[in-house]
Amino acid sequence: MLELKDVVVHYGVVPALKGISFRVEEGEIVTLIGANGAGKSTTLKAISGLLKLKEGSITYQGGSISGKGAHMVVRQGISQVPEGRGIFANLTVEENLSLGAYTRKDKSKINENLKNVYERFPRLQERRKQVGGTLSGGEQQMLAIGRALMATPKLLLLDEPSMGLAPLVVREIFKIIREINKMGTTILLVEQNARMALSVAGRGYVLETGQIISEGSASELRGNEEVKKAYLGH
Amino acid sequence: MDMFFQQLVNGLTVGSLYALIALGYTMVYGILKIINFAHGDILMIGTFIGLVLVTKFHLAFVPALLVAMLITAIMGILVERIAYRPVRTADKLIALLSALGVSIFLVNFAQLVWGTATHPFPANIGGDPIILGEVHIGILQIWALGVSLLLMAGLHLFVNHTQMGVAMRATSYNVDYARLMGINVDNIISVTFAIGSGLAAAAGILIGVYYDAVYPVMGYSAGLKAFTAAVLGGIGSIPGAMLGGLLLGVLENEGAAYLSAGYKDAIAFALLIIILLIKPTGLMGRNEQQKV
Ligand SMILES: Nc1ncnc2c1ncn2[C@@H]1O[C@H](COP(=O)(O)OP(=O)(O)O)[C@@H](O)[C@H]1O
Ligand SMILES: [Mg+2]
Repeated sequence: MLELKDVVVHYGVVPALKGISFRVEEGEIVTLIGANGAGKSTTLKAISGLLKLKEGSITYQGGSISGKGAHMVVRQGISQVPEGRGIFANLTVEENLSLGAYTRKDKSKINENLKNVYERFPRLQERRKQVGGTLSGGEQQMLAIGRALMATPKLLLLDEPSMGLAPLVVREIFKIIREINKMGTTILLVEQNARMALSVAGRGYVLETGQIISEGSASELRGNEEVKKAYLGH
Repeated sequence: MDMFFQQLVNGLTVGSLYALIALGYTMVYGILKIINFAHGDILMIGTFIGLVLVTKFHLAFVPALLVAMLITAIMGILVERIAYRPVRTADKLIALLSALGVSIFLVNFAQLVWGTATHPFPANIGGDPIILGEVHIGILQIWALGVSLLLMAGLHLFVNHTQMGVAMRATSYNVDYARLMGINVDNIISVTFAIGSGLAAAAGILIGVYYDAVYPVMGYSAGLKAFTAAVLGGIGSIPGAMLGGLLLGVLENEGAAYLSAGYKDAIAFALLIIILLIKPTGLMGRNEQQKV
């Protein structure tokens, strides 16, 4: 469904991705794990079109999406929940959600999606007139995920959804991620919390200073000594 | 007390015009984080367009105002395309220089076409003033206040109750997050310049009519005051620009009446400095957002 080939991304002259390749198949949850500064967010931004590639290619459903602007990539069915959630703190919950469906024109589908989001996250419905900035961290993450779902994405890119959340909330978020995937959305999950990520993902890649240093099924990675030492803390 | 109310009316009149102009500064800043230093000169060109429509094309005041707003809006889009878009990712200093270039160009263009003299603005607006006790509200004041408030109400509706308006506020909050929603930020920027420039044309024409004077450097003083108002209200904030404009107009006029007319401009800038010392983000400003 998604394939990166030898992707190189620079910030100015500083390389952040030094030629990474990986793929995500339809229906999967694939995780990209790695320490802070490894290049995980850069990878997602390159896919969603926020960053330009210096070299390499990204293909999605058989067509190239490298070089397409971010606002065009969303239209192809790729939605990103950015690191730090990326909600519009100055807009109400309702306005945030409506922007999630910005690319959609069919009113009935939008209303159906909104109903589904409110069913999944009743807290958001209660707070629909509140501005995003007044929500708790967990609610903001739910808003960010709900907003992405408003576009009915085929591929969902999640950038550290566990960041800054209490363990109980993290568990809830991961349960939701699994449910979203069961409903047919493919997921590329970026995490520092490798343990959580490998518990929901089928496969994973390990990123270190802009390069992929290992890959495998989640259980393989969980058993990998290097991964254990560096990312699972034992 | 009558003097107080008279100056309040006068202050609200000029203040509403400051507010209209300040909106252009604040909306552009909100999204691009640059000060459009050519904004006052766009206002000036818009005023001349209005003048030409009235004197040469014999349009009535309201149609002339609307057509001038439309033409100036298109000019605003072009200015952004030509002068700002190519340097958008460059250092902010480059954009500033580009803005100064546009400013110099527009003033010289006006001087070439219309000369350096001051033109009267024969708007043919007649009517009786409203007299409340000792307070006089002139017909031109009613027009200035009425048109400004109407335009601001329209902008408020647009920004809060249309999808494009919500997208505009989202883009002003964070450009990258907005792009992830599928918002074409280039289009939003064009619309922002169009609205800001159209409002500036309206304000310029109302100022031209109010003072019966149109001249090529009229944008400097109007622009400076409006910029002050925008910073006062919190640059980037739309309600802030409205509040800042009205507040500046009122305080300036009351100050001139009770202290000395000579201090009028000094009051504006003293106020600005005081507010910025107490609240650097302005009255309704918010702290800068982090980028993705
Ligand atoms: N906007 C930027 N400008 C310059 N360097 C950046 C920028 N964003 C990230 N980097 C650098 O690129 C590298 C990868 O960053 P990032 O993709 O954010 O890592 P991760 O998400 O894995 O923590 C880091 O060394 C980081 O310092
Ligand atoms: Mg990151």
